[in-house]
Amino acid sequence: MQPVIKVRGLAKRFGAGCDRCASSTGPEAETNQCPHCGAVLACNDVSFDLFPNEALGIVGESGSGKSTLVRLLHFEWDACAGTVELARTPQLAHLPEFFTEGEAYSRNLLGLSQFQKRQVRNALMGIVYQNPYLGLRMQVSAGGNVAERLLGAGWRNIAAIRSRAAELLARTEIPVARMDEPPRNFSGGMQQRVQIAKALSNKPLILFLDEVTTGLDLSVQARVLDLIRSLREEFQLSLLVVSHDLGVINLLCHRTMVMKYGRVVEAGLTDQILQDPQHRYTQLLVASQL
Amino acid sequence: MLMQEWLANGKPGEEADPAGYPFGFMDEGAKREVRRSILKAVAIPGYQVPYGSREMPIARGWGTGGIQITLSLIRPDDVLKVIDQGCDGSVNAVNIKKFVKAVAGVEITTNTGAATVIQTRHRIPEEPMRADQILVLQVPYPEALREVEPSEAETRRMHAEADYSRMWLFLYEDIVRFGEISISYRYPVTVNGRYIMDPSPIPRWDVPKLNRSETLFLFGAGREKRIYAIPPHTSVEPLEFEDHTFRVEDFTGKRCARCGAEDSFLDEVIDGEAGGRLYYCSDSGYCDKRVEPCNL
Repeated sequence: MQPVIKVRGLAKRFGAGCDRCASSTGPEAETNQCPHCGAVLACNDVSFDLFPNEALGIVGESGSGKSTLVRLLHFEWDACAGTVELARTPQLAHLPEFFTEGEAYSRNLLGLSQFQKRQVRNALMGIVYQNPYLGLRMQVSAGGNVAERLLGAGWRNIAAIRSRAAELLARTEIPVARMDEPPRNFSGGMQQRVQIAKALSNKPLILFLDEVTTGLDLSVQARVLDLIRSLREEFQLSLLVVSHDLGVINLLCHRTMVMKYGRVVEAGLTDQILQDPQHRYTQLLVASQL
Repeated sequence: MLMQEWLANGKPGEEADPAGYPFGFMDEGAKREVRRSILKAVAIPGYQVPYGSREMPIARGWGTGGIQITLSLIRPDDVLKVIDQGCDGSVNAVNIKKFVKAVAGVEITTNTGAATVIQTRHRIPEEPMRADQILVLQVPYPEALREVEPSEAETRRMHAEADYSRMWLFLYEDIVRFGEISISYRYPVTVNGRYIMDPSPIPRWDVPKLNRSETLFLFGAGREKRIYAIPPHTSVEPLEFEDHTFRVEDFTGKRCARCGAEDSFLDEVIDGEAGGRLYYCSDSGYCDKRVEPCNL
């Protein structure tokens, strides 16, 4: 099987940077700030493949670079180095300029213009943030939130847009009667489900989940996770799940990467990592789980 | 009384007196900059070109953008018409007319057909305009996306990337809430299939006149320091959905109480004595022409 997305050597640095940044930061140095120039390497030399219909987990403590990684892949921030390549899929058939003739993978997406990045994002990606205020427009109706990406993709028929929005909201267990209410009227769990409906509106291949269940109570967490699992099967999604909660990772993910100080310290099958952690930090993480 | 006579009253034989100012009030360098901005605006239909808006002898927000375009284009043999909400006789229109006449000595008219340059606030004349005429529109808010995005840096990015989903979302929400798009004036349009543009606060009635017109339309926002343009024969499409199409104001069953016109944009006037409603043509030049065609 071919990966849908190939990421190699992804890095994000805040600050000017110097020659010694890479060697003097990371898990061995126990910092992500370069002692010589003061630059912060939020994320450095991260490489992985994401396969179709696979869930890849990323765990690590606060500040380990998990969310930075998602923001780089979702093109919200510009990466300093690295390559991101997409497999040739039917969803990208209308954007042939990203592919060299005969190649199975696209050009490096990080080199595209903002306009092209948005095209790729609209065609392939969805994101669910920890804080619904980041992912939703709270003044706009729930249906409108789902409609926004459809409108961006050129849908110009109100009836068609509304029936698609109603279908997605029903799928994520939002009462369709409330689709014209703004999400600020909703509970936290409902807001999270509206975010999921919005993320699915363009039928994405890749869904980024950034701490989706943090801040929800346990029964709501369980329902959101159940929903995500069944949607992954139904829409054949590839998930990139960022969490500091090993329970969430255990439930959702086939493979897991452990990050610390901006580097990947361990990667492998989730079961393997939880049962037999190799790196000292992973052992600490597994041992300190309640 | 016709507007033409009223305007001419009390100032027989008045001559242009530039009072030491160059022809057309603005100095040549300033006019040249405005013309360069106009050329760029014409080359990129619907794109807002920033320019150095000059101080004019009227306050910003009272038509200084339009005046600067008019003054930079006007020649001694031009014939000028100025209207304010369609009316040749309102204070703003009369003042601008007198000012341009004083500094450029051009002939003034209320006849749309006779004018070569027409400066207007918030209306487009009813009479079809020709290729040898220019319509200059005064613009209070040049940014069509301002309703949905307060940041100028962000709206410029949205225009650059043609990222207009939020404008469409605004219209979607309007339809969800009111059953149709509730924008009555400043109706956003797509120019030449690319930029979303604010057509200035003209009523919906006038929006179709912008599409594939014979005439050059120039838009000047003096306070906001922007010039933009619709060249002749350019496509101008109001934003609409397949199942909620754009429509203009409906005056079915109403007619102008003065000239009887049923095909013009009407202003509603409450009759103080009888208490009824009367309708009059908003375009006073058009109404005059219908009342006394031989005089014009």
